[in-house]
Amino acid sequence: MNPFKPARVGDAPIIKWSLIILAVLLSGLLLLVPLASIFQQAFAGGWQLYIQHLSQPDALHAIGLTLIVAALTVPINLVFGVLLAWSVTRFEFPGRKILITLIDIPFAVSPVVAGLLYLLLYGNSGWLGAWLFEHDLQVMFAWPGIVLVTIFVTCPFVARELIPLMQQQGAAEEEAAVILGASWWQLFRRVTLPNIKWALIYGVILTNARAVGEFGAVAVVSGNIRGETNTLPLHVQLLYEDYQAQAAFASASLLALIALFTLALKAAVEWRQQRSLSANNDNEQSQL
Amino acid sequence: MSIRLSNISKKFGPFQALSPLDLDIEEGEMIGLLGPSGSGKTTLLRIIAGLEGADSGQLYFGDRDVTQVHVRERHVGFVFQNYALFRHMTVAENVAFGLQVMPRKQRPTAAEIHKRVSQLLDTVQLGHLEQRYPEQLSGGQKQRIALARALATQPEVLLLDEPFGALDAKVRKELRRWLRSLHDELKFTSVFVTHDQDEALELSDRVVVMSNGHIEQVNTPAALYAQPNSRFVFDFLGNVNVFAAEWQQSHWRNGAAFLVPPAQPQLQQNGAVYVRSHELALSDKPNSQANLPFEIVSITPIGAEVRVELAARGWRSEQLWEAKFTHHQLQAMGLKRGNLVFVTPQTGYFFAEQGDGTATRLNWPFLPPGSIVFDI
Repeated sequence: MNPFKPARVGDAPIIKWSLIILAVLLSGLLLLVPLASIFQQAFAGGWQLYIQHLSQPDALHAIGLTLIVAALTVPINLVFGVLLAWSVTRFEFPGRKILITLIDIPFAVSPVVAGLLYLLLYGNSGWLGAWLFEHDLQVMFAWPGIVLVTIFVTCPFVARELIPLMQQQGAAEEEAAVILGASWWQLFRRVTLPNIKWALIYGVILTNARAVGEFGAVAVVSGNIRGETNTLPLHVQLLYEDYQAQAAFASASLLALIALFTLALKAAVEWRQQRSLSANNDNEQSQL
Repeated sequence: MSIRLSNISKKFGPFQALSPLDLDIEEGEMIGLLGPSGSGKTTLLRIIAGLEGADSGQLYFGDRDVTQVHVRERHVGFVFQNYALFRHMTVAENVAFGLQVMPRKQRPTAAEIHKRVSQLLDTVQLGHLEQRYPEQLSGGQKQRIALARALATQPEVLLLDEPFGALDAKVRKELRRWLRSLHDELKFTSVFVTHDQDEALELSDRVVVMSNGHIEQVNTPAALYAQPNSRFVFDFLGNVNVFAAEWQQSHWRNGAAFLVPPAQPQLQQNGAVYVRSHELALSDKPNSQANLPFEIVSITPIGAEVRVELAARGWRSEQLWEAKFTHHQLQAMGLKRGNLVFVTPQTGYFFAEQGDGTATRLNWPFLPPGSIVFDI
């Protein structure tokens, strides 16, 4: 050690290493152990039992419904998020700031409350529910209700990714494109979309992860009809309450797998995004 | 193409960005919009481009009324202050963009586009950077690519927003000359915005001086310099010394200092005398027509000139006065910091308190312009 080397603030080796070790230990204890135990429990009875649990009709239906909900939610929120981000970053209008705040409501409100609100609104005695009932449209306790609450709960993700980026990039490139004669579609496809591409993909990944895993809001509106309105998270809970722990863990492991896959995808996109930013942008880029 | 603005005005909320104004720009002219920030010059440029709509008035390109024409259909070239190059496209793709988005019928073939892009990149002397991305370019290179992109569709009107604002002094000077020669070669009509008076005076055929949403004066650089028609223009076109004059006993007085004007009735009132820093002489004693005592507070060589800063003694001046001399002149005078000196203006511009706001140009006859009388 060079005795003349000045220590930076917080550079004392004891503090540094004890903090790092503490952080690693806690992460392991809080995050890795539960994750590992899910798989351990799921495979406790061996491969065959695992497959058997997952291939039961109720389980298959829950998987299918979850995928359908995600497949409907993601594109809707993708379009909604882009429209919202565009309108609040490219136009000045009264209430713009309020709208930006409103976007966060689904994050701020407990999902159970969101589910209840939808139940009040669309339930048979609700404002819209009565009309829907007259026209023989079943929304609550059916898949449309599940899709609706999932859209509500996941709608901020795409917009939240896009707004800071689009604010930072400004409208100058779009103005330049229009002056050069680009039509609205050419402008969006050739200038705006490439600029927001990675943030958009990132938002979609987050939306998808949440859509697949959402429990609280869906539990309120689904009615828990086995083999009809059970999504994967609800299915896990039902099985567990029925003392079928191993079957519950088998389904839970699927959710965990989706989560791991999402994380990997997210890391890959973040890496790509960083790379395209550092290649294409010297400026500091704040990523929210 | 000539551009005519008639009665154009613009408000942002309660803020009057442009008061109704008229402006005629000749075909092939290069016009500089000069003014401080907030003077409305950029708003005016954006209205000509169609990026902002005017609240009132008409805008003509040649004989065609384009007031209601969408920016896309105006076919102007526009160079943004921060260039606004498409960051995910290469230099060549940036330049080709305007050609590629043309309606199918007018669009050149891919081979023609490629040829045009190469030509344009050669024009801006950056052919070798074709495959680079904007972020790999220097400021001056980005600026030239932005110009090439704007010129790709062969617009008859080129608009530039603070084109050299973000560049360092040397590159700026180079690009200025280059833009001027490009303009003279391609003969488009161009309007550019700047807050730098040197840039405006050097580049423009005519300069439009703006303040607070008004046009203060429109004229050629030489005429503008010789005959500024308002205090604002005077102030803005370079450093100027001000003598606040009170008319007393046939003198303009300010404390112990005085100036004697020629015997003209319209000069016999309160007002302000503006004196440029290179249009005055220093002496060690006052004379019968000018008694402006100063103490020398600093002597600073700046390039070929020496700037002498002077603090008023025995009278009030809001700011230090400045005088500029050559090194040779200064040496001959043997001045030092702390010396007491007397200024005699050679040329001054008088703005009367009760007047139409225009200046009266005065020459004091005691000293021929350029000479320095100084004996110790």
